[in-house]
Order: sequence, then structure tokens, then C-alpha cells
Amino acid sequence: MKLVQFIDFLIQRKRTVLRLCYAVLALLVIWDAIPFFVNKEHAHTDFETIPGFWAVFGLVGCMFLILISKAFGHTGVMKGEDYYNE
Amino acid sequence: MSDLWIHPGMILLVGAALMPLVPSVLKKPYLLLIPALTFLRVCFLQQGTFGVIDYGQWQLTFGRVDALATVFGFVMALMSFLGTLYNLQTKGNSQHIATWVYAGSALGAVFAGDFATLFLFWELMAFSSVFLIWMRGRKESMGSGYRYLLVHVAGGVLLLLGIILHCSNGGSWEFSLLNFHQPTLAMYLILAGFLLNAAVPPLHAWLPDAYGEATVGGSVFLCAFTTKTAVYALIRGFAGYEILIPLGVIMALYGVVYAVLENDSRRLLAYHIISQVGYMVAGVGIGTELAINGVCAHAFAHILYKGLLFMGCGAVLHMTGQSKFAELGGLYKKMPWTFLFTLIGGLSISAFPLFSGFVSKSMIVAAGFEEHKLWVGYLLMLASVGTFLHTGLKVPYFIWFGKNRCQAETWQRAKEPPWNMIAAMSVTSALCIFIGSWSPWLYSKLPYAMEYHPYTSYHVSETLLLLLFTAVGFFILLKKLEPHPLVSLDIDWFYRKFGKVFLWVARKPIQATDTLVGEVYRVLGMSPLLMSSRLASLFDNHIIDGAIDQLAVTVGGIGRRLRTVQRGVLQENLLLALGISGVIVLILVLIFRQ
Repeated sequence: MKLVQFIDFLIQRKRTVLRLCYAVLALLVIWDAIPFFVNKEHAHTDFETIPGFWAVFGLVGCMFLILISKAFGHTGVMKGEDYYNE
Repeated sequence: MSDLWIHPGMILLVGAALMPLVPSVLKKPYLLLIPALTFLRVCFLQQGTFGVIDYGQWQLTFGRVDALATVFGFVMALMSFLGTLYNLQTKGNSQHIATWVYAGSALGAVFAGDFATLFLFWELMAFSSVFLIWMRGRKESMGSGYRYLLVHVAGGVLLLLGIILHCSNGGSWEFSLLNFHQPTLAMYLILAGFLLNAAVPPLHAWLPDAYGEATVGGSVFLCAFTTKTAVYALIRGFAGYEILIPLGVIMALYGVVYAVLENDSRRLLAYHIISQVGYMVAGVGIGTELAINGVCAHAFAHILYKGLLFMGCGAVLHMTGQSKFAELGGLYKKMPWTFLFTLIGGLSISAFPLFSGFVSKSMIVAAGFEEHKLWVGYLLMLASVGTFLHTGLKVPYFIWFGKNRCQAETWQRAKEPPWNMIAAMSVTSALCIFIGSWSPWLYSKLPYAMEYHPYTSYHVSETLLLLLFTAVGFFILLKKLEPHPLVSLDIDWFYRKFGKVFLWVARKPIQATDTLVGEVYRVLGMSPLLMSSRLASLFDNHIIDGAIDQLAVTVGGIGRRLRTVQRGVLQENLLLALGISGVIVLILVLIFRQ
């Protein structure tokens, strides 16, 4: 049950963990933007050389997928669970 | 060629046939021994053509062993072992027999060298796997199973028609690359049969319907074999057929959209099979050596991580009796190890660095970019975002964290699954991490020799940014993803509703017509009759008897006649209704013509 204690340990320090996550995200964007660390010569398109391109792609793409799918679901695709049993 | 050549699938099939004879003391060792022997047999297969049998005018080739068949055979045999280990606690023989016949026939299809043998095993797969759905024993699983069987029988008929047309028009019985530059009807039929098993929309709805409803162990087998055999068949027959690229990309995104809406964890995973097989179908369409290697590697990795994910969610279902997000939550306190293994599966399917998807999926995406199909590359990257969003985040979060929606009974039942399930999940997790961390092992098994390095600084950085910022988006819109007890309609709506409409037509309109006609006569016949009777009595009270008596007699006569009409059988009533409506239509036409 040590795994549970470890997870609880992290949950109790939620604020610190979150700050750490933000720091990692920021560091990654910076690391990605420095050509010395990340060689973008083999990037497939010019867009990708824009700093933080894939970060924006991930964030916007994720929100886009959720919102579009939900909108699609609300067009009448989502029904009550006993829809087929009636 | 050689009579002594032992088909790996045959070991499972014979093992299944002998299972009822095994004494119960030896049952568990036997269950582990047979898949282990199958796996060893695949490991020591020599390349070449074996098991050729002359049957009338046909030459059946049971053992075409080449690099492509071996890589699929290897991972399928491995999964048979892991799946059986996971399923070990299942009592009775029937489910184990069904899984072995199913896995054995998948191996049969992979090593088949000609169309006849392929078709034989193709059908055997469908007919054995349906039992894994029925054996869940719920009322819904009966329906799901029948739908699964009907759809696959229809697909099998298409495939058989295609094969017969292909061969009677001078095509070879040997199962090899088809000439899709000059498409024929036969080729399209064969393709349709393959695409149905690969669950390409709109031929996909059987998959979430069946895999969400199958037994806990059954789903672990189902997710590995049917779609991957179809991917193998597509590589054999249609590598480089460009139409598969858009189909694959649509699949990859389609599964992601439905996964957002899904409330059942195993149905969500099933939609992600469609999404992941989409990558493979697109890769087959691209058809370059890098792409085909990518497809094989991804199918290999996919069988393991998807098996692992179904094991994790299956363990939750097995222990708690629940698989719906709206009935779960907060389970990390009760099933922490199951959580960890499922998370490893989620990170593998999402292609996190050091996990198996990272070294396989990127080859297909890279092949898309290299062929200057930029839209393919970008849309597949978008599908990757969706993959991590659901399988890496939504599944673990709403089962093991989030709001505790468990009922008291669910919470009480929840604890870690039996040792064999834990063992199967740990071995599969270890393999997922091993493949991701030591890519040469997987790459050495691929059909083409190549130089590909997944761990470049750019690829790692690109992936980390993409996935970690997806996580940011997930937590921003967490409220939108809260589970609700809803189902999403898919293409199966058409055939599920068609069955109901058929029954309805057979019953309702005829009954309704009868009732309607009765009602019409009640209103048109009885009410005026009563009214006129009242009038008659008025007349009777106030006017001289003789004339009144005559009127009453007349009204009574009309009433009797109307009553006989009302008692008339349905045909008469229908005829009268038709006659009346005909007169009304005639009158209306005459009025409106002026």
C-alpha cells in the first residue's frame, strides 16, 4: 500500500506539485526554443520552427476536440441510456 | 513440403479441443502451457513455405512464413499467453476454448498463403469470437453478439464474393498484392471485407458495440486479433493504395470524437482502437518502406498496450461490477496498482517518450510528412492529442481520481484483482516500457531493414510539448468532460432501429388501422345514431305517433346496418376505409381543379 501513501503525499501537496508542473512546462518551452538543445533542421514544415508551436497545437487542439465533440454530441447524438431498450 | 511442420495456430486449436479431457488439478498449468508452446513455436519458425496441401483443384498454403507474417504472428502468440494468464481465474472450459480457437484462427489467417485458407480462418475467427460476447450473459450481450455475428457474416460474404470473382476472372489464388491501379469489382469486394474487420467508418459500429459488452477476459482477446488481422491483410493486399490514407485519417479522428462523449470506459477504449487502427490504415495507404515498418511496429505495440488498457478497465469491472465513469471515481485508494498499470497503457498509447507508442506511431507520422502529405501529418498529430486526452487522462482521472461517484456496494467490492490479473498486467506493462526504451528490439523484427532514430531531441521535445499542453487543456475544460449516464448514437443506429421498425411495421400499423377504423365507425356511426335516436324520442314526445314510429324504425335500421359494418373483419373495414378516403380524395381533387 505504499503506492497509495505516495499518491496521498502528492495530493496533500497539490499546490507545490502544480507549481512544479508549471515550472516544467515553462522550462520545456524555453528548452525547445534554444537551437543548441533542440535541432529543428529536420522539422517537416516552417511552422514548426516557431517557438512553442507544438505547445499551442496541443493546447488549442485539445480544447478544440472537446468543444467540437461536445457540440456534435448535443446535436442529438447523445441519448439516455435506455434509448435502445424502450 | 514437410509433413512435420507444426502450425503455431494448430497448437492452440488442438489444445482447445483437448481441454475438456484435462483433469481439473492440471487445468491451470495446462492453460499456461499451451499458449507458451504456441509462442515458442512462433519464435523458432523458419522462413519459407510450409503446410501446402493439394485439395482438388486448389492448393492450400497454411504456412507462408515471411518477415511480415512473423512479426504479426509473434505478437499475437505473445498476446495469447498474456490474455490466457489474465483470464486464468475464469472457471469452466467454454471461455478458454473460445479464446484459443479465436487466437488460433487469427494465427491461421496470418500465416495463410492463399485466399481459400485466409477465408477459412477469417470466418472461424468471427464464429469463435462471438461466444466471448455472449458469455457475458447479460440480456444486452445477447443482442450485441447477434449484431456482431450478422455484421461479420455480411463482411465474410463480401470477402467470399470478391475472392470468387477475383479467381474466376483469372486472378491468382495466392494471397498477394492486388492490382489496385486497375480496380475491379472483385477487388473492391475484397477490400470491403478487409475494411469491415478493420472497423473503418461507416463499417465500424460493431466494434464498440461488441467490445464494450464482451466478458472481461474476452475483450482483452478481442481487442488484439480481429482488427490487427485486417491490418495485416491490408498490408498484404493493398499496400500503397492511396484511398486508404484519407480513410485512415478519418478513422483516427472519428474514434477521438466519440471517445469524448463516451461514458463507458471499455467502449471508450474500443473507440480508441478505431482511432489507432486509423494510423495503421493510413500507413498502409502511404505504403513506403518506412510507413509499412511503422504499421507493423504500431500494430505490435498496439496489441500490447491496448491489451493492457482492457486488462486495467476489465479488472475494475471484474472487481466492482462497474465500467461506467458515472458510477466510478476515487478508486486509487482501493486499486492503486491497477491504476499504475492502466496509466502505463495510457502513456504507451499516447506515445510518451520511453513508452512503446513513441517508437512506433512516430514512424507513420514521419512517413506522412516525408511523402509531403502535410495534412496527414498534422491531422494525425491532432489525433495524438485526442488519444492522450482520453486514454492517458480521462480514463485514469475519472476511474481512480475525480469525484467519488461509487455506490456503497461498488466501493465495498473494490480491491486489487487476483494475482494472475496483476501478473498479466505487470508483464505487459514491462513489455510496453521495454519496447519504448529499447527500440532496436522491435525494429529488428520489422519487414524492412532501415535506419530510424525515434529519440532525436526534436522529436522528444515536440512530443512532450504536445502532450503536456494537452494535459493543460484537459484540466481547463475538466467540467465539460464530467461523465453523464448517456449513450451516443453511432452508425449501428440504422440497423438497430431498422430491426425495430421492421417489427413495428409488422405489428403496429395493422393493429392501429383496426383500432382506427373501429374508432371512425364509433364516431361516425354510433354518435349520430344516438343523436338521431334522441331526436327521434323528441319527435316521439311532441309529434303524432304514426309518423314518428316510422322514423324510429328507419333510424333503427340505419343503426343496425352501421353496427354490422363495425363488427366486420379487418379486410372489410380496410376496404371501406379505402373507399371512403378514395371518395374524399376525389371530392378534394374536383374542388381544387376549379
